Order: sequence, then structure tokens, then C-alpha cells
Amino acid sequence: MILAFNLMEPYGFQFFRHGLVVATIAGALCGLLGVFVVLRGMSYIGHGLSHAVFGGAAASAVLRINFFLGAGVWGIISGLLIARVARRRVLGADAAIGVVTTASFALGLALMNRYGQAGKSIEAVLFGSVLGVQMVDIYAVSGVALLGLAVVVLGYRRLLFSTFDRDVAQVSGVNVSAVEAGLLAMLSLTILVTMRVIGTLLISALLVIPAASARMTTNSFARMLWVSPMIGASTCFVGMNLSYFLDTSASATIILLDALVFVVVYAVAGTRNRMKMASLGHI
Amino acid sequence: MNNIPLIDCEHVSCTYGNAPVVDDVYLQINRGEFVGIVGPSGSGKTTLLNAIMGSHPVAHGSITLQPHLTIGYVPQVETVDWYFPVTVEEVIAMTRTKTSWWPRITTSERSAIRDVLGQLGIADVAHRHIRELSGGQQQRVFLARAMFSQPDILIMDEPTSGVDVRTRHEILHLLADLHEKGLTILLTTHDLNGLAAHLPRLVCFNKKVIADGNPRQVLTPQVLEQTYGAPMEVLEHGGMPLVVDHGRVAMRGEGK
Repeated sequence: MILAFNLMEPYGFQFFRHGLVVATIAGALCGLLGVFVVLRGMSYIGHGLSHAVFGGAAASAVLRINFFLGAGVWGIISGLLIARVARRRVLGADAAIGVVTTASFALGLALMNRYGQAGKSIEAVLFGSVLGVQMVDIYAVSGVALLGLAVVVLGYRRLLFSTFDRDVAQVSGVNVSAVEAGLLAMLSLTILVTMRVIGTLLISALLVIPAASARMTTNSFARMLWVSPMIGASTCFVGMNLSYFLDTSASATIILLDALVFVVVYAVAGTRNRMKMASLGHI
Repeated sequence: MNNIPLIDCEHVSCTYGNAPVVDDVYLQINRGEFVGIVGPSGSGKTTLLNAIMGSHPVAHGSITLQPHLTIGYVPQVETVDWYFPVTVEEVIAMTRTKTSWWPRITTSERSAIRDVLGQLGIADVAHRHIRELSGGQQQRVFLARAMFSQPDILIMDEPTSGVDVRTRHEILHLLADLHEKGLTILLTTHDLNGLAAHLPRLVCFNKKVIADGNPRQVLTPQVLEQTYGAPMEVLEHGGMPLVVDHGRVAMRGEGK
């Protein structure tokens, strides 16, 4: 009874309840989109886009524009710019991401140093903070999560086809460029509504680790699409609670928990796959 | 409609940057034909296929496809990510992007998938991951994906590239069966003896069409030297042309 009471203690704080809801929904959303990030080999794009959105967040603070509007538009433009630069074959996607996003990140830092209240606010954006989470954040993350779910359900076959076999999908009439632009726009929005809790520096881990863990549990794309959000949501939920009792940063605890899940799945799946491959030796 | 060629290339040229890769090509593919395009690596075979399918721009000339032509395309299996988490059933169903937006494979789709897999002799692999299949089964899965859209023409890029002799025989027999049932097939290959020599119509290609006809007409030392830029000998074996690469003969001679 005392233990249960203690476990419920953080729920007495409104900031914790808000943070928990945002983090759990964000975990599911990042897990869902992370499937495409991992399977398309775009892991670095999540990292890059989060840095680019940081530039937008700083600029919108300085220009006194709504955070979601300013950073959102900035993030979407950065995503489209990356896609455009990467299509020019002279530069690879990694170089395009490096140029666009680090420049945006540097601009954000410079703006916050020059005009903002550098120090604590920069730290909160970089590493995340549950203290500043408000109802508007819950609405924003819920809205983007519903949009993400709708995009994945309605565009399921186009997304799968263009992720698995880009060239054949294009030949078969799928507008691959539109699919990629839409995916980058969704990623930008996801980073935007998640960065206040998770932080710019750690958000890419939430996009990659649950999906990478899910990949090792299944050989089916459809199954991966629900296993990954489950891992993302549950590690965020448990991580938030743990962080309260351990007195550690919420984002760091969540990512460490994700990493732990990955290690366990890696160990179990590795053994299972070796046994399975041995049984397929006749092929 | 039947008199109109399925594919009509007139004076087609394509470039990569400023470099010409396909130069003034004239080629017609008619319904019911089984055509192979042979040529060395980098001769523009795949670019020509891409131009026909609309994924590479045509710099000069025109490509006219028969109205409402449905193309089933089988890429080189070497370009496939075999670790991607998809089952055979998912690979085939993903192509239905226009007629179905629902993520789940419907009962009627499942039945159609079973039918096409059955036609290709791999009905029992529907729920297997693509990496768990043999080379011949993997090639058949991508053939099944192309067949699923009930195409007017099947276009294949190097269908025997990277496969063993047994798989090559399987593919050749399978394609011959499909052709016999009325399917039009256009493929590229660099496999002169194993595949090209068995086809009814062969196009020797190196940026442009060097020769076009049946294997007996086009597989001659002159045409092959013009196509590959190296001397080759053509022997007769079992009533079919057999191409011998002079380079290999010379190397064997040096060995002695």
C-alpha cells in the first residue's frame, strides 16, 4: 500500500502528468515514424532535423513568433531543402544534412547567445525539460500523432513500396518524391512537438532505437509498425516515472531505458536468428 | 489496337549530364514477342529500359507506348535489400497502391497472390521472409510481383545476373512458359550463351542498335565485335550458336 502510494506520488504534480502524457504520445509517434527512418537508412536525418528545428525555435523566440509556427515552418523548409540538395547527385544525403542542419543549429545558438536568455533556456532546448510542458504541448503532440497515424494508414502501401524498392515504385506510378517530402515534413513536425520534453540532442535516439529494437523482433513490416510505437511509448512512460524517483533527467532516463531494451532484444534475437539460420542451411 | 506496337522507340537518345548513353535508337516491341537486349556493361541497356518506363528522360526522339499499357517490371535481384522486413505476400501486395489504400491484405488479394504464386510454382512461400528463399524462389517472387498487376508486357533487367546455372535454367523455362501463354517479354542480359541464344528475337546494343533479329542472324563475329569491341568466335552447338570469348581462348593458350 505504501509502495503503491509512493509510485503514485509524482502524479500529484500537474507538470509531471503533462510531461508524462506528452512523452508517452511522443514515444509512440517517434516509434511509428522511426520505422521509416531506420528502414530508409535515414537515421542521421532525425539527428540533423532536430538540430535544424533548434535554429527555428531560437529564431522564433527572437522574432517573438509562436514557437510551433516558427520552428515548424523552419523545420519543414530544412527537410525539403535536405531532400532537394540530396537529389543533386554531386552531394550525398549525408553531406546535404551536414550542411543544412549544422548551419541552422549554429544560427540558433548564435541568436540565443546574442538576443535570448542563454544558459538555462539553451540547456532546456538541448536536453529537454518536463517543467515547461503545458496543455498546448499535449494538444500539439496529440494532433501530430493523429496526423502521423493517418498518413501511415492512408499511405501505407505507397510508403512501404517506396521504402522497399524506390525505383520500381516510381515506375509503378508512385510519386516517390511526394512521399519522401511528406515523410520529412512529418519528421519535422514530430521533432517540433517532442523537443520540449526530450530535447534536441536526444530526440534522434527516440526515432532510431525503438524501431531498431522492433526490427530485431520481427521480419514483417506490418508487425514492426506496431511493435516499434509500443516500445517507444512504454519506455517513455516507464522512463518518466523512473526519472522522478532516480532524480535524473527525464530524456536521459528514457533514452537509457531504450538502449537497455535494445541490448536485451539484440542478445535474445541474435541467439534466435543464429538458430533459425542454422535450420535454413539446406537452402 | 493489336497492330499498334506495344512500345515504339523512334530516334531515341538519352544522356547522363552531357554524355550520351543511348544514341538514336529505333526499336519496336509488338504484342506476343520475346525480346532480349544484349550488350556489354555500360552500353545503355538499363537506361533504355528506364526511358521506356518513364524513369529516365528522353533527350531526343520519342517513345510511344500503346494506350493503357500495363508494365510489370522485374529489377535486378542484386539491387534488392534482402534484409528488409517483408514477407513474400507483403512484397506482392505492396504494388496495389491505386486500387487499395487499406493497409491489410484483403481476402481477395490473398487469394490472387496465392494464384500468381501457384502459377510460378511457389505457392507455399507466401508467409516466408524474402531472405529465407533460394535464388530461384527469390527471382520468382519478383516475377510474381510484376505478374500481379496482370501486365501487357514484362520488362526484366538482367534476370539471370548473379544466379547459379540451375536457377538460370529455371528462369529460362519459366519465361518460355509465360511467353507461350501469350505474355510479351522484354529483357536485358549479358548472358549470351545461357539466355540470349535461346530467345526468339535478339537486339545487340551498344548505345545504339547494332543488329536486330533472331540469334542465328545477329550472333555473328562481326556483330559481336562491333557490340563488345573485342573479337569473339561463334560455334554451333546442338543447332544453336555458341559464343566463345577470344580473351578466354587466348588466356587458355598462354596457360599451356
